[in-house]
Amino acid sequence: MSILVLADLHEGQLAGATAHVVVAAQAIGGDIDILVAGEGVQAAADAAARLDGVNKVRVADNAVYAHQLAEPMGALLVALADDYSHVLASASTTGKNVLPRLAALKDVSQLSDVLGVESADTFLRPIYAGNAIATVKSDDALKVITVRTTGFDAVGSSGSATIEAVDTVVENTQSSFVKQELAQSDRPELGGAKVVISGGRGMGNGENFKLLNGIADKLGAAIGASRAAVDAGFVPNDMQVGQTGKIVAPDLYIAVGISGAIQHLAGMKDSKVIVAINKDDEAPIFQVADYGLVGDLFEILPELESKL
Amino acid sequence: MKILVAVKRVIDYNVKIRVKADHSDVDLTNVKMAMNPFCEIAVEEAVRLKEKGVATEVVAVTVGPKAAQEQLRTALALGADRAIHIETDERAESLAVAKLLAKVVDEEQPGLVILGKQAIDTDNNQTGQMLAALTNLPQGTFASEVAVDGDKVNVTREIDGGLQTVALTLPAIVTTDLRLNEPRYAKLPDIMKAKKKPLDVKTPADYGVEVASKVTLLKVESPAERKGGIKVASVDELIDKLKNEAKVL
Ligand SMILES: Cc1cc2nc3c(=O)[nH]c(=O)nc-3n(C[C@H](O)[C@H](O)[C@H](O)COP(=O)(O)OP(=O)(O)OC[C@H]3O[C@@H](n4cnc5c(N)ncnc54)[C@H](O)[C@@H]3O)c2cc1C
Repeated sequence: MSILVLADLHEGQLAGATAHVVVAAQAIGGDIDILVAGEGVQAAADAAARLDGVNKVRVADNAVYAHQLAEPMGALLVALADDYSHVLASASTTGKNVLPRLAALKDVSQLSDVLGVESADTFLRPIYAGNAIATVKSDDALKVITVRTTGFDAVGSSGSATIEAVDTVVENTQSSFVKQELAQSDRPELGGAKVVISGGRGMGNGENFKLLNGIADKLGAAIGASRAAVDAGFVPNDMQVGQTGKIVAPDLYIAVGISGAIQHLAGMKDSKVIVAINKDDEAPIFQVADYGLVGDLFEILPELESKL
Repeated sequence: MKILVAVKRVIDYNVKIRVKADHSDVDLTNVKMAMNPFCEIAVEEAVRLKEKGVATEVVAVTVGPKAAQEQLRTALALGADRAIHIETDERAESLAVAKLLAKVVDEEQPGLVILGKQAIDTDNNQTGQMLAALTNLPQGTFASEVAVDGDKVNVTREIDGGLQTVALTLPAIVTTDLRLNEPRYAKLPDIMKAKKKPLDVKTPADYGVEVASKVTLLKVESPAERKGGIKVASVDELIDKLKNEAKVL
């Protein structure tokens, strides 16, 4: 068996998710290659080559792959897929955007959000917002899989895989990049943070989200939000945790002013320890919280910050 | 311009699901069903484009059992002009649905196809992308803004790091994210009118598409239940527990 992992990039650099996808690939077993595609991605390729357990890194560095638009990326994967039994990517917005195109063009199904590997053809994946876990077996010749990174550890980076250029260049006349507004933050990335503190509608407005900053600084935490907080415009979309936002599983998750709708729980209920701060002692979030504190967040947050 | 919208009948998003005792699947008997929330957003967007004069006709399509006609009627009540039901009782996976939709695209020649980014039952997030690949059309997934401009459409996408805007040539495939719009509710007179709007019934065989997939569902289980914890009385107690009991501080 041979597995191709599509590397995740964040502003041209290798994203942390890829090291988790390699662990999923190791669970399947076989030679593992990584594809780094984009424009000006040599640094990302070097970082990928250091990941443990990687056979070789294939680099498609060309303007047509800039921003990893779905159309050229799909075509590139189709051109490379014949060498492989499995193609994996993280279930990031890039993986979700690109991999189904490969699957369709190869006339195979895709398995989304895989969080466990039973064997080379049998996998676990969440359905119904994670309220059920399906075991599925694929008899397709090529397995196309997006990986839920919280389901797998990450490999280290003491490796030295060979790097090889891919000279496949495809044409793209259908889509073009216009602009991008990326959130700038010095905090850890939501998906990989050890501690996450999230605010919900109870925060009242965007200004009040600053109450979470001091605590996040002290705990080295990433800041997340519920859909209601994002919809209300308190904070940007990339902070949404849940069924349709980011899936997180930190050591500590602190939910502040969040009621605990199933769609929110879907994104955080695999956290090791959950703390809920809510003024409604019947809020459903308390049913999953290890430690619940009933009270007004506007009093609790400043006290918590000062005492940490 | 004609817009094709795909809709799916799924469990209502408020329902807490149960796994069948024999672990063969999720139990959907007597469960409230509804249009997938992301599909509602897709219908709304299509109808708004028609109201703005960008689109001239909105066609709703679904693949599913007979009962899925309820969701087509909902789409018609929300403003779609006519509907196509591709009837099947088989479990239609994303690839089969995309193949069927590709045939409909071939037949209808829409300028834009709008789908939900994922269905809240299988949570696959695949069909729109697969349809784009099969029809060789560009895609704008996870859209929070759709702006048609002549023979192009600008789609603003919700991506992990923030927002990205891409320009696509038309025809194009768009999948909706939550913040694209807030769907309206169907009014009673519109629900009545919808009953008289045309609804064509077809089968996968009419399109020469095999619905069966090579993926077998072996079993379905409930996830490990989280044990509810305790309530603490104060911030001090919380910090103490996190330090000395949970050992996460
Ligand atoms: C298709 C679909 C997908 C969805 N995807 C997601 C998703 O990915 N993520 C997500 O989060 N949601 C998602 N939702 C929305 C979800 O159903 C809920 O509406 C949402 O999570 C509610 O957010 P909330 O808990 O912040 O708001 P609310 O439910 O309004 O809860 C606010 C909470 O704050 C508490 N509160 C208020 N003031 C204070 C105070 N001063 N001190 C302490 N507590 C206070 C209240 O007691 C209440 O419990 C989705 C919904 C649908 C239909």
